[in-house]
Amino acid sequence: MTTAGANEAVSGADLIETLSESEVAKIEAECAHLPDRQSAAIDALMIVQEHRGWVSDASLFAIARLLGMSAEALDAVATFYNRIYRQPVGRHVVMLCDSVSCYVMGADRLAEQVKAHFGIDFGETTPDGRFTLLPIVCLGACDHAPTMLVGEELVTDVEADRLDDIFARFE
Amino acid sequence: MATIFVDGERYEAKAGQNVLEAVLSQHLDLPYFCWHPAMGSVGACRQCAIVEYADENDDRGRLAMACITSVRDGMRISIEAPYAAEFRTSVIEWLMENHPHDCPVCEEGGECHLQDMTVMTGHSQRRYRGTKRTWRNQDLGPFIGHEMNRCITCYRCVRFYRDYAGGTDLDAMGSRGRMYFGRVGDGKLENEFSGNLVEVCPTGVFTDRPFSSQYTRKWDLQSAPSVCPGCAVGCNIFPSERYGDLKRVHNRYHGEINGYFLCDRGRFGSHFVNDPARIRNAGARAGDDVFEARGVDAAVDALGKMLRDRKVIGIGSPRASVESNFALRSLVGRDSFCNGLADAEADLITLALDIHGRGGARIPTLSDVETADAVLVLGEDVLNTAPRVALSMRQAARGRALEMGSEAAIPGWQDAGIRGHAQGRLSPVFLATTLPTRIDDIATATFHATPADIARTGYAVAHRLDGDFAESDAADEFVERVAAALGEAKRPLVVSGTGSAEPGVIEAAANIAWALRARGADPALLIAPHEANSFGAAMLDAGLSLDGALEAVRSGEADTLVVMENDLYRRAESARVDAALAAGAEVVVMDSMENATGQTANLVLPAAAYAECNGTFVNYEGRAQRFYAVFEPGGEIAPSWVWIQRAAQAAGRSDCAWSGIDDLVRACADGVPALAAMTDAAPAADYRAEADTRIPRQPHRYSGRTAMRADVNVHEPKPTVDDETPFSYSMEGQNTGRQPGSTVPYVWSPGWNSNQSVFKFQQEINGSLSGGDPGARLIGPDGPNGADSACFRNPPAAFAGGDGIRLFPVHAIFGSDELSARSWPVASCSPPPYVVLHPEDARELGVEAGDGVKCDALSASAAVRIDAAVTRGAAACVVGLPGLPEPLPSEPVALSRDPDFPREAEIIAKG
Amino acid sequence: MDKPLTERIGQNGGQVVDIDAYEAGGGYAGARKALTTMTPEEVIELVKDANLRGRGGAGFPTGVKWGFVPQGDAAGTGPKYLVCNADEMEPGTFKDRYLMTFDPHLLIDGVVIAAYAIGAERAYIFLRGEYFEPFRALERAIAEAAGRKYLGDGIFGGEFNLDLRLHRSAGRYICGEETALLNALEGKRAQPRLKPPFPPASGAWGRPTVVNNVETLCCVPAILRNGADWFRALGLTDDAGTKIYGVSGRVNNPGLWELPMGTTIREIIETHAGGMRNGHKLRGLLPGGASTDFLVPEEHLDLPMDYGSIAAAGSRMGTGTMILMDDSICPVDMSRNLQHFFAQESCGFCTPCREGLPWLEELLTDIEEGRGTLEDIDILEKNGAFIGAPGNTFCLHAAGAIEPLQSALKYFRDDFEAHVREGRCPYRERKGDG
Repeated sequence: MTTAGANEAVSGADLIETLSESEVAKIEAECAHLPDRQSAAIDALMIVQEHRGWVSDASLFAIARLLGMSAEALDAVATFYNRIYRQPVGRHVVMLCDSVSCYVMGADRLAEQVKAHFGIDFGETTPDGRFTLLPIVCLGACDHAPTMLVGEELVTDVEADRLDDIFARFE
Repeated sequence: MATIFVDGERYEAKAGQNVLEAVLSQHLDLPYFCWHPAMGSVGACRQCAIVEYADENDDRGRLAMACITSVRDGMRISIEAPYAAEFRTSVIEWLMENHPHDCPVCEEGGECHLQDMTVMTGHSQRRYRGTKRTWRNQDLGPFIGHEMNRCITCYRCVRFYRDYAGGTDLDAMGSRGRMYFGRVGDGKLENEFSGNLVEVCPTGVFTDRPFSSQYTRKWDLQSAPSVCPGCAVGCNIFPSERYGDLKRVHNRYHGEINGYFLCDRGRFGSHFVNDPARIRNAGARAGDDVFEARGVDAAVDALGKMLRDRKVIGIGSPRASVESNFALRSLVGRDSFCNGLADAEADLITLALDIHGRGGARIPTLSDVETADAVLVLGEDVLNTAPRVALSMRQAARGRALEMGSEAAIPGWQDAGIRGHAQGRLSPVFLATTLPTRIDDIATATFHATPADIARTGYAVAHRLDGDFAESDAADEFVERVAAALGEAKRPLVVSGTGSAEPGVIEAAANIAWALRARGADPALLIAPHEANSFGAAMLDAGLSLDGALEAVRSGEADTLVVMENDLYRRAESARVDAALAAGAEVVVMDSMENATGQTANLVLPAAAYAECNGTFVNYEGRAQRFYAVFEPGGEIAPSWVWIQRAAQAAGRSDCAWSGIDDLVRACADGVPALAAMTDAAPAADYRAEADTRIPRQPHRYSGRTAMRADVNVHEPKPTVDDETPFSYSMEGQNTGRQPGSTVPYVWSPGWNSNQSVFKFQQEINGSLSGGDPGARLIGPDGPNGADSACFRNPPAAFAGGDGIRLFPVHAIFGSDELSARSWPVASCSPPPYVVLHPEDARELGVEAGDGVKCDALSASAAVRIDAAVTRGAAACVVGLPGLPEPLPSEPVALSRDPDFPREAEIIAKG
Repeated sequence: MDKPLTERIGQNGGQVVDIDAYEAGGGYAGARKALTTMTPEEVIELVKDANLRGRGGAGFPTGVKWGFVPQGDAAGTGPKYLVCNADEMEPGTFKDRYLMTFDPHLLIDGVVIAAYAIGAERAYIFLRGEYFEPFRALERAIAEAAGRKYLGDGIFGGEFNLDLRLHRSAGRYICGEETALLNALEGKRAQPRLKPPFPPASGAWGRPTVVNNVETLCCVPAILRNGADWFRALGLTDDAGTKIYGVSGRVNNPGLWELPMGTTIREIIETHAGGMRNGHKLRGLLPGGASTDFLVPEEHLDLPMDYGSIAAAGSRMGTGTMILMDDSICPVDMSRNLQHFFAQESCGFCTPCREGLPWLEELLTDIEEGRGTLEDIDILEKNGAFIGAPGNTFCLHAAGAIEPLQSALKYFRDDFEAHVREGRCPYRERKGDG
């Protein structure tokens, strides 16, 4: 469009990065069965995050352009959900359940132990870029509380003395 | 109608309304935030809680939110019930947890809906001990300031900006107690209606940045009812002044025109009034580029002498009031008067007035535009020429959604529900324009062509609708779709204007409207001229065309030229203007701003800007609307008609001796049949509000009248007695809202210090002002001749490329209007002159986007933009910009690359 | 005892029930019967007769909900949608994960029947994003079902088509609210919608839509196979069917059990969960997830776990998975944990929830940490009442938040006051006691 005049958006133009063919193909596959492209917003964000670990501003602009929506409209969606990362995360995201069943079974103390184990607080990434620690709400394994999710793996009945073994499996 | 009982009192309400609208329509007080009269309800803030009782035996009731509760006949509610009142107080307490205590330094303070609601609910003690949340603000450009810490998360900003105005670069980010309203990053808000955020935001998150840069407390502002000078829509505005400076412009509600919203040209386009380039004193030429102040008397005597001794021609202006134009016409005589419109534009406006005069199609108000069920735009980029119309068209496009909502029994005010249900479906809107526009997102289909080809397409639509209307061979799928959609519509709307400089598009628009009338529909036809008083100036029936006037001066037939509020270099080729002005005639210029024409004058008289005088503009509807002086101008500035009156007196003339504006308005009405009804536009100066008081320009809290001029004299002067109007230059008097709508100088009501108090001035929510919506329609709804297929039978020839490039005009909301372009906030958004070329033409010329092109007929080089929507052999050229003000040549031109043109990137790099 | 929801898992030795095992146990007979021998109206009537009520927490009669969906021309043009709410995120709730992981075909069977009943040609399973195992199980099961033409075009050789897709949520508790879920499905922010319109009239993409919980849909195949009378007779009280009950907390045998609807709390805790562990005493329990009012052992152990009995006791059966508070847990601190959850998961739309819940959390933190005052307790109570009354907030999220708080204030008020009086948490030294 050349008619936008003084109103031409400049903010996103320099940030556009090219999505990979595989990302585009997966996003297009989602679009194909939805009534409109914008409906694929969450799927698209998750697809790009799967490939890149997180959704950078550049990715955000690229996805928005692919879906025919503004970066603002897309960011409104991206910033709403717990599992869309708008900041870089480590190779493995450790999500520690802080909901009530795990709380009853000592999640608060476990949280301190995990933080001490990594030497980081919630929302932080270990200096080697291996782990990011985040709280998560109930993981639905309350009969084996306390629980956590490491990457895609659900770990139940977590106890402090098992932490070394648990995390050793994630490089 | 329904009867409802509010705290035991019986009221009438409209069935289907929500309870909040019903109680506010009764002027009762009920706090709210997220509901907006133009945007309906979403139920977010929970502030408008009431108790609703099941029946008369229910004394307990249940809490309900008034904004999302439908009125039922016989329903019983309580606003005062303790449970509801306490809940409302709690809502404020929750909002106040994080709202900063920065009222003393907040731009919104004193005019803050949040302050008002806090006081109204009685919340006064802070119990929350936590830390207030804080945010980083964004640079949203020159118009809008951003202070997120103040946000109470009412969602009004995004609902206006995104849902109502179609903006895409502002949204609601985050969630829970961490909601952020902004962009992805810094950057100017792109939407042309962004300024309304200032008024939509119930507190000080979005603020008027130019105002903040020269801030004055809201209660210290002096205001008067006025009319925006920025285009021909005639939006009603409140300009406000302090210390002799025009500080800001706020929306003045008009039930039929602008409602609650203005465009950014209008809101931020008035700062020229304070510009250093204002002419403040009368002066005479004392040498090349040197003017000497002469004093009022000497200047008036000099003009008087010319009037006595010389053959005088007067050129008026479509940006001057009807009254000043009429005064000039009276001074020089009809045969020596030119209305100041460029000749081509004058022809188009005459054509438009002729069409409207025939009748056959309604001239739509903007509220009519909003209820149109199918729209065709023919040749006019309204967003850039009559911007507020575009915002109303956007609402018209939503008609289909409201209809779907109605079919699904979703009330019209249930905003989110209707949007969700309709899934973005829109009423038919067809846009035929030279270039893509920024409202293409609401278009069912667009058509891009040269103006002549758009006209031919329009002719074809009319013929397709009714075979009696002239044919053209432009029929295609677009024509079929448009004809089908308009043909099915009950309230179709055709929008055109003078923007494409092609009479054929206006003729075709008339044919289509008339063909629809012939089929039994109730069509509306909107023809947008470009200036605040284009229609008013044209109605004066001038004896001279602009070419005729210039020729008379050039040839020596006339030896004195009085130019009033007009820069002739914007109206005619510079060579012609130069030739006339260099012919040796005395040139007298009355204007508010220095400009190229003024530079050639022998005598310069400082004319009042719109905010400094009283007068009348006639808008696109043919509605005469009175604007009033907001403040008394400094220096020797006077309204043009006053200079004329003085000069006539100095010349010993007994005519032109109007005793005041009322007398002059009567003279206009008596002297010009088309203006006969303009006396109805506003009450006479002797109108008095209740208790025989004047209407105050200053709110009752106005402070510092002594202090503000203590550097001059500690004795406060007696306020000027305003003989011309019912207003006072003071805070004494009554502004109850019960006076005629045209004389409401600001809105305020006890407990309602913000603009939300407007409901106290309305007959009902979204209704007319209590004293009637301002203005007098000068063109009747039914003309004598009606629809006639015999009027326009000759579509223009199809565009055919040839030697050179034919330039067609396009307009810029920020830049193409003369005065607003000299308002610094608008100027900062004005694009450099540009030409839009077809890619092939650009290739042949050897230019790329960002290069410069020039031609002999244009005074400056223009930046190249490239768009395949342009027809080959044609190019769109932006008109009216300060850097390239003149009308475009009507013949093809030889464009060539300007090797010296600084590319935009280089300009930016140089800072 | 009939265990229509879990019997195949048991027979399969706790392994994932694949399509062969599922069909061997009578699987897809329900869907086959519905699609090949019954009209949609008959299916709806049957489910109404069975008195199946929503297992997601609200307990709305399922057949009635289906009956709201317009059929034929009244539905207008475009697809109708069936959406399975598999966004299990209610703290303390772990039943849907179990069903989907181990017997995914049961859900698909129910989806096909429900979609047929309402005339939906598109269905979604809106799955919690963190549920990786259920995702893999469902993905495989959908492929298996499609391979046998139980999904897709021409199911069971008839004319009914169903496109079933898995949507993985990006994660928010509020997505469990059915209209918020629909917004999430549409790729938007999951803010709840104002009703009306209700989803059966205007839901996903503005089209008629039914949202049903996983366990609800899992109940349907057996109703088709065995009839309404059989299903009603499964319940011990007025409510029909079996229910998956669960217990978490300091019991000897935390877990899930499919039991007749109306089994008493005592039986669930003492018989199935094996009673309290290590001599801990039960002080209170949230009967059906974090958003239900506390019940206390002194009054409520012999209540049947069904919709009506628990409601009569001032709480809700909710999801039927109980969270037990033993005597090592500070009620104030547990309330703080709960309010933290609800404040975090507020969508941010309406004021009382967005601003009111964090304040409650802060007050509870202050009280827990010894900084609280008696006035704070009053604020908790008064604000809780304002925030918690249904209708005062936009959706029921905040009402759910207040249920455990108001009941904690009712049953454990002494604890709150002791914190203020002593300027410390009396449980502090005992914290972490296993």
